[in-house]
Amino acid sequence: MGLEHALGDSFLTTKIDLAINWCRKNSLWPMPMGISCCAIEMMAFAGPRFDVARFGSEVFRFSPRQSDVMIVAGTTTFKMAKVVRKIYDQMPDPKWVIAMGACTSSGGMYRTYSVVQGIDQFLPVDVYVAGCPPRPDNLLNALIKLQEKVQRGESKGSFPAYVGGSKLDQPQALPTISG
Amino acid sequence: MKAVIIDKLKARFGEQTIDVSEFRSELTIVVPKDRIVEICRFLKEDPDLNFDLLADVCGIDMNTPVKRFGVIYNLYSLTTKYRLRLKIFTEEEEPKVPTVTSVWGTANWHERETFDMFGIVFEGHPDLRRVYMPEDFEYHPLRKDFPLMGIPGSIPLPKNK
Amino acid sequence: MEPRAEEVPRKTKILQALEDQNTSVSFEDPLENDMILNMGPQHPATHGVLRLLLRLDGETVIGCVPEIGYLHRGYEKLAENCTYHEFIPHTDRLDYLSPMSNNTAYAIAVEKLLDIEAPARAQYIRVMISELARISSHLMFLGSLAMDVGALTVWMWAFREREKQYDLFENIAGARFTTSYTRIGGLAQDVTAETLAMVKTFIDELPGHIVECEKLLNTNRIFLERTDGIGIITRDQAIDLGLTGPGLRACGIGHDLRRTNPYLVYSNLDFDVPVYEGGDALARYYVRMAEMRESVKIIHQVLDKMPAGEVHAFKPKKVLPRKERVYTKMEELIHDFMLVNFGVNPPVGEIYSAVEAPKGELGFYIYSSGEGHPWRMKIRSPSFVNLQSLPTMIMGCMISDVVAIIGSLDPVMGEADK
Repeated sequence: MGLEHALGDSFLTTKIDLAINWCRKNSLWPMPMGISCCAIEMMAFAGPRFDVARFGSEVFRFSPRQSDVMIVAGTTTFKMAKVVRKIYDQMPDPKWVIAMGACTSSGGMYRTYSVVQGIDQFLPVDVYVAGCPPRPDNLLNALIKLQEKVQRGESKGSFPAYVGGSKLDQPQALPTISG
Repeated sequence: MKAVIIDKLKARFGEQTIDVSEFRSELTIVVPKDRIVEICRFLKEDPDLNFDLLADVCGIDMNTPVKRFGVIYNLYSLTTKYRLRLKIFTEEEEPKVPTVTSVWGTANWHERETFDMFGIVFEGHPDLRRVYMPEDFEYHPLRKDFPLMGIPGSIPLPKNK
Repeated sequence: MEPRAEEVPRKTKILQALEDQNTSVSFEDPLENDMILNMGPQHPATHGVLRLLLRLDGETVIGCVPEIGYLHRGYEKLAENCTYHEFIPHTDRLDYLSPMSNNTAYAIAVEKLLDIEAPARAQYIRVMISELARISSHLMFLGSLAMDVGALTVWMWAFREREKQYDLFENIAGARFTTSYTRIGGLAQDVTAETLAMVKTFIDELPGHIVECEKLLNTNRIFLERTDGIGIITRDQAIDLGLTGPGLRACGIGHDLRRTNPYLVYSNLDFDVPVYEGGDALARYYVRMAEMRESVKIIHQVLDKMPAGEVHAFKPKKVLPRKERVYTKMEELIHDFMLVNFGVNPPVGEIYSAVEAPKGELGFYIYSSGEGHPWRMKIRSPSFVNLQSLPTMIMGCMISDVVAIIGSLDPVMGEADK
């Protein structure tokens, strides 16, 4: 990472960048933030039939310090939101977030007093997966889309200052809820 | 079985204290709230009745000006396989009910949940804290005047930096 | 040196509760400090979002306060605003390891309130799917307990069997996982003969696969040392704390709602209720393995005895009519409109109906005030009550046993937090 900063934009660094992004995308280690029902489909996604190890996610690291992508699977309540954000802050850059299921994308079928209506209110999300719960094939599709994003060098949450990142991927100021 | 329960309760506690009703072959008995602990202890320890498993304790908001909150105890007997329901009512200002944790230990968390959701204070409870909502939450969600979608800002969200 | 007043940290109520706990366990230890450890909501082995505050004396646990509520989604308030039919998909997500079982439990409760009965074929199919859900939940228990204790292979094999079950559920109900298959008065649709053949193949092969997993675990010295004698709860403590389900049957009490208060067609079926003595983690494991075999027996009998017929009760003002009649006949169109928009209107009254879910006694207390949506619905979830017995089981064990004990208790937070 320091090399890319030092050398700036040039032919050599874009090639290094492509190579590094290729390595990153083929070994994304997820941190499963498995909260409720989607966690069971995430376990099936790691299970024998829809084997995610063949996509490079060999180990599901439960430690945020050793993982690249956080898959938030399950309804996030206000009480849990603080915990999820804390874990997200502990992940080292570059990091990505997959919002799995309807509950994380938009609150899902729970329009109640204790459910956060979408985790993008407090986390920058890269890929949203629809479904309640999404089939494991759907989650594999999301992982492939995320891999394409990694190859392009884009990340909503990490610092965009490394070479190859598009200017459009500065962390956007998301709308805040008032009150 | 039903007749046995009603006769024993009436004999022990008097005709006026209990109010029996039946719906879909289930017996519901409304009792005064001050005597709930002794009635529960009697129902548990009597050798013929033996209601040793407390299946459920829940609160209910009747939304009436008098006797607004109720607490409902669903009892089950492992020996006679019979189910019984006890109900008590309390007022809207200062809803206080004696606790039955001395009779059944399982009432501990159930009463905490009723306190959390309705605000009914159980006197004598060893550890009355909220169980579902965060500790500093100010409202009681299952009351009829609390909106389903919540009050915005009642629980803070972490900032998105 | 005394800390100044402003340096003393403000204690939250939960920490106060932990420190106030009576620790009847005492150890002679030259080090006098005890440590407060937070097994936080995000932890690989807590089976969901359960937070445990442990007070440790070295490696031994001398105090424990579980904190739940990280998945509280407001089901009971939601039920007061949904009609009875609209709540069926929400019941799937209660015990999300066995959704068909919750659907059945809810349908039975509402039918009791309305005083209608599902036809015979629907009842047999409901028994079949409840038992398939029980097998699914116990397979997950097997995989999780083995994985927590260290045997990853068993988890993979259990998931292989669960994938076959997901194929079955897809054939029966259209969805792998959150099925919403039962309706009030019957089922959403009938099962085909091809599906029943698939069920038969599955349960013929299942005992062989269970034996494979048992060969890896039952005589394995590591597994036995990690679960034998760990997490003991006595008979009286179990009844006092309201423990139900396999936890109670592992303490020597043969209480099973399918036998004591039979519902659906369990009174016509012949099965045993496995009971083990000991009250420790190993006994709970044996109970669940035996229950899987009993479920296979029950499904065999159901497949033999299943009658032909309708799967919807014919009660025009209470049960949703068949779609082909809605599109062609006037009466059914009106009934469909009224039932979907305003809900079934049960009489004023209250019921409590409980079934034997895989985790314990799942009860629905419904108070109806005559409207299309319930006035109050309380879900008596077994995991909420089972978790109350966790501090009793953990006291005195080492911290690595905590993981095995939670695994043997098998709580599901979606249900415990509602």
